[in-house]
Amino acid sequence: MELIDLRGIYKTYYLGQIDVPVLKGITLTVGRGELIALMGVSGSGKSTLMNILGCLDHATAGEYWLDGREISHASPDDRANIRNTKIGFVFQIFNLLPRTSALDNVLMPLTYNHEHLSSRAVRQRGLELLDRVGLADRAHHEPSQLSGGQQQRVAIARSLVNRPSLLFADEPTGNLDSRTSEEVLQMFQKLNREQKITIILVTHDAGVAKHADRIIRIHDGVIQDDGPASRQAELTAAGTGGRS
Amino acid sequence: MMRLLKPLGTALRALRRNVMRSVLTTLGIVIGVGAVIAMTEIGQGSSSAMQKTIASMGANNVLLFPGSARSQGVSSGAGSMLTMTPQDAEAIERECPAVRHVAPIVGARTQVVYASKNYVPGYILGTTPAYLDVRDWTHLAEGESFDDRDVRSGSKVCLLGQTVVRELFDGGSPLGKEIRIRDVPFKVIGVLAPKGANTGGQDQDDMVIAPWTTIKYRVNASASPTNTPGSLYPGARANLRPARFTNVDAIQASAWSAEEVPLAVSQMTELLRERHRLRSDQDDDFRILNLTEITQVQASFTEQMKALLMAVAAISLVVGGVGIMNIMLVSVTERTREIGLRMAVGARSRDILRQFLVEAVVLCLAGGAIGIAVGRATSFLVTYVKYWPTEPSIEAVVASVAVSAIVGIVFGFYPAWKASRLDPIEALRYE
Repeated sequence: MELIDLRGIYKTYYLGQIDVPVLKGITLTVGRGELIALMGVSGSGKSTLMNILGCLDHATAGEYWLDGREISHASPDDRANIRNTKIGFVFQIFNLLPRTSALDNVLMPLTYNHEHLSSRAVRQRGLELLDRVGLADRAHHEPSQLSGGQQQRVAIARSLVNRPSLLFADEPTGNLDSRTSEEVLQMFQKLNREQKITIILVTHDAGVAKHADRIIRIHDGVIQDDGPASRQAELTAAGTGGRS
Repeated sequence: MMRLLKPLGTALRALRRNVMRSVLTTLGIVIGVGAVIAMTEIGQGSSSAMQKTIASMGANNVLLFPGSARSQGVSSGAGSMLTMTPQDAEAIERECPAVRHVAPIVGARTQVVYASKNYVPGYILGTTPAYLDVRDWTHLAEGESFDDRDVRSGSKVCLLGQTVVRELFDGGSPLGKEIRIRDVPFKVIGVLAPKGANTGGQDQDDMVIAPWTTIKYRVNASASPTNTPGSLYPGARANLRPARFTNVDAIQASAWSAEEVPLAVSQMTELLRERHRLRSDQDDDFRILNLTEITQVQASFTEQMKALLMAVAAISLVVGGVGIMNIMLVSVTERTREIGLRMAVGARSRDILRQFLVEAVVLCLAGGAIGIAVGRATSFLVTYVKYWPTEPSIEAVVASVAVSAIVGIVFGFYPAWKASRLDPIEALRYE
């Protein structure tokens, strides 16, 4: 069974009298443990697709099977619960809580789950995650005391705290310089290889996308291209791939 | 428990992130609750001081006089019937629950002599020790009161009012001295505390108080031709055992409070009619007087005080609440991205609602707690510096805590609701 199975997803926004179709029939499957780049220029619908995949939004039409369950009609509370237990998010602008220690930032999503963990177990989990992203010694630093790369690594640790099977990274390197970008992307690759977490990188940057195993290109609300990164690279090299 | 603990922890962490703003937000509530507490304590202090004063004027007092005898349409005036007995007083004390203290009164008006001085006091009252309780006058300036045994045995002891002391003793202590009331020697065992004039302008300190048996059988017996053994058989010793029928001039009673005076009056009326065996078509053979005017003053004073306090409380708490709402709205806008993030990681809208509500309530309760401390400190300071009477008020504290929690919920609800309605996608994108 695939982790994600999208069947004919449509998303239309209604702006007053005008219908604005954004997604026009997306069908795709994502297996467990895949590392995918979702590419497209702004306005292509990739953000909308990510919002739907990430259970932040629901489709106008079509089916969305996540982990064997059809959730396109789930209630907002249901979707919140799915986000809490199955999905992690990493954002371009980190979105850490200001004046809050790295550890508390990492532990924040646990506020909303329904597991009953002892405060020691909770702390332990947070410290382990910070250790995994290489920030064990920064647990009590506030975001303002951390560099951009460190902040993004805190955000990655936070996205993992509920042990999700699916991780979304929305332009995760958009605010980072090239060296830290590389570090962060390698971290995603490592997580994908070692933890078997399914990761979807949403980006418009081919340099980011090439870290993925599979690249899905969205253009004008439809999938323009979907295949292994190696083939995409060849296409790009041949000057015929992507949008170029 | 966890359902409340988690949001509480989240709220506390959120409030700690911006201490300055949290403090400023609560300031409205601090001042509001502080004002309410201080006002209530000062108000209650002066109110009860006032009430004490009014009560000492006799707001809760009731006077019972025998009725006036009528003979062929001619009234002989109040007190001309001899229908009121000491046993009536005892029965009232026993059987009228609204009555707190009762004392029978026998009056005399005659000359009092000490050494070479003489004086005619305004009142010479024969009564029981309960009279001082009735008049709320138990605190003596000097010495002590006589007791029930002195009443039973007709002891020749007396208490003097301040005016009498001044006239007879020139400011010296009269304790243990012997004065003569119509040639009967009385030992002075106490001096009444000064009470001043009553509302009618009569000097209440111009008074001598003694056991009623002594006044009736020793002082009055030698003057008026009432049928006591002493006067019927000159030279015989007065018979101090209660005679088969003994009348008193009046009975004075106090109700538990000024509000209970009407109840006390109706209970006493019923009891006395029964005791005097009056048929339903007969008029009362007694009259009951109370101090309605003073009672009304007291009631309206208390009412106004309460209304004033309520108005101050309401205004200051509404102002505080609006302040909280204002800052919470700013806070929600400012933390839009945080709200989006919390929603993205799994907060349901009711979690967000709860978080902001808890924040508001925590702010209000903290403000309430600080306000109580500030209010108490203020009233303490007022007592200490200006010597105003204040009284701690548990009700005000309980009410302030309840009201600040309610203010938090009411004024925190709209911002919290707004936060919970945010769309996570929009909120995350908010700059």
